[in-house]
Amino acid sequence: MTEKILCTGNDAVARAAISAGCKHFFAYPITPQSEIGQYMARELPKIGGCFLQSEGEYAAGYMVLGAALSGERVMTATSSPGIALMQEPLSMMMTAEIPAVVVDTQRLGPGTGTGGQQGQTDYTYLTRGVFGDLRYPVFAPYSVSEVYEYVQLAFHIADKYRVLSMVLNDFVLARMTEYLELKTFDFGSLPEKEWALKGSANKGGRSDLLFTVTGFMIDIPGFFVQQKIKSDKIMESEIRYDTYKTEDAELILVAYGYTARVAKNAVNLAREKGIKVGMFRPISLWPFPKQALHDTAAKAGKVLVVEDGPGGGFIDDVELSVKGKASINFLGIQARHTFRPEGLIFPERILQEVRELL
Amino acid sequence: MSQETAMIKKVVCKKPEFRMLPLGFCAGCHYGTIYRLIDEVLEEMDLKGNAILIGGGGCSTLGAMAMNIDSFGGPHGPGTAIASALSRVNKDALIFAVQGDGEQGAIGLGNFVATAVRGENITVITMNNACYGMTGGQLAPTTLLGMVTPTTPTGRDKKETGSPLHGPELVAPLEGVAYAARGTVHSFANRQKSKKMLKNAFQIQQKKLGFGVLEFLSACPTNWKLKSVDCIKFIEDKMLPEFPLGEFKNIDKKKE
Repeated sequence: MTEKILCTGNDAVARAAISAGCKHFFAYPITPQSEIGQYMARELPKIGGCFLQSEGEYAAGYMVLGAALSGERVMTATSSPGIALMQEPLSMMMTAEIPAVVVDTQRLGPGTGTGGQQGQTDYTYLTRGVFGDLRYPVFAPYSVSEVYEYVQLAFHIADKYRVLSMVLNDFVLARMTEYLELKTFDFGSLPEKEWALKGSANKGGRSDLLFTVTGFMIDIPGFFVQQKIKSDKIMESEIRYDTYKTEDAELILVAYGYTARVAKNAVNLAREKGIKVGMFRPISLWPFPKQALHDTAAKAGKVLVVEDGPGGGFIDDVELSVKGKASINFLGIQARHTFRPEGLIFPERILQEVRELL
Repeated sequence: MSQETAMIKKVVCKKPEFRMLPLGFCAGCHYGTIYRLIDEVLEEMDLKGNAILIGGGGCSTLGAMAMNIDSFGGPHGPGTAIASALSRVNKDALIFAVQGDGEQGAIGLGNFVATAVRGENITVITMNNACYGMTGGQLAPTTLLGMVTPTTPTGRDKKETGSPLHGPELVAPLEGVAYAARGTVHSFANRQKSKKMLKNAFQIQQKKLGFGVLEFLSACPTNWKLKSVDCIKFIEDKMLPEFPLGEFKNIDKKKE
């Protein structure tokens, strides 16, 4: 029997990583996810691993890269402005095909953002990939259990495709406590990491060169051909999404992360009143479940995108998926019950919008 | 046959094993010589199979691409952060980062100092040619006062851009630093002295005594706009008065 505990989203990230065999963690403290690093600092030395607090997120990104060169599973966690600082190392990892996991616990707003407020304003930045036009998988869980599952999956996907793998967590999930069943997932076998830098004496005399200078080593068009084959494979096999009462729905709510929990409640409220509403929840934000959303939305004819932000890339992705087969509406941060920091979009507000649309 | 000539042993110099030849350095550049030195030392200390090289971005990385050992490179500046993390995971390997003076003294200065503060058990090899070689010889933290570069067209003025940075001397006083030195390869005698320094630096890492940094002075004929032979004179007359040679810190020596 698996153990069941009460756990916060932040601790679930740390527990999931350790459960997936990640023993090395490099990070710089930033609200609202510093607890992940604190957990790692306490637990990793007990299992012969290493926690190192870096001199900044830029360095943390490069430390993850450096440690991942060994072939070990490595992770960092940060929040929105930290992801911005990590852009260079993230692109380097994608270029040299060094697998690692990054957890972004997004906080509200551009610039420094607001350390103490929930919000969904990282979608565009994360899903459009690194500079140099390479995209990486991004998973958006909506419960503590899912945080635990998708962090483990992120490690598997990273190793399977030799890519960076991202989990988009948020303030609400990070600080929320829920029941969590502690189980280690088996996602199947993985190839040996023959490319790892261990010293040539430890791999039969063969030495390897991992390089991020694409122009010197290989022709860049050829590099992109290889990358395209890889991203096509990811788009073919790693799409994940969830639907709720969409079969007979006349309107589909589209949401991810904590907002999807609110949207789900709105569906229940609407159904009680006999209003046929369903929910579509993308879990992999890249690759985006385009076809599934297209089919679901086309059948219903109407879509309401709910995101606790001003609305950006998420609406774009919905539009690109639906391809004009359904009308697309948006309910964003302006729909919060108050503009004070505790403001949230409540199910009743979503229902009000649904009534106006149907 | 006289007695003197009979004493001379036949020495066969082995060609260094490089993955990629030619190395890609300009004629008269000393970077190739420094990489050859690294290769010799690794071979003599029998460390090749256990060494991992973290290269950077800029001319200095051309050799990192060529060395026939496990290597990573490309990013400009963060080599010390990368090497730090790898050394935490792989405690048995000999891990060294090769950096240009601009990487170490400008864009990567924060990482360099932070790594020294932590006393990471890695070795940093700096190549100081007093300019940014690959991008056309612009001002580097190590550019000499009065030196004309594309971004200091009237010569480096300390009121505008400060005075040359001395990397090894900067970190030498830090508790975590076990070794800090500067060498040069512009003459055979200095080449041999520098080789000894490199051996000391690697030995200190093997003994896990802490952070080590060894800076090499180097010619950049292309950007200095000097003939190779005149570069030697430039190093003698201009570089050496600014950048003293020798070991500034060697905690291994003190114990002896």
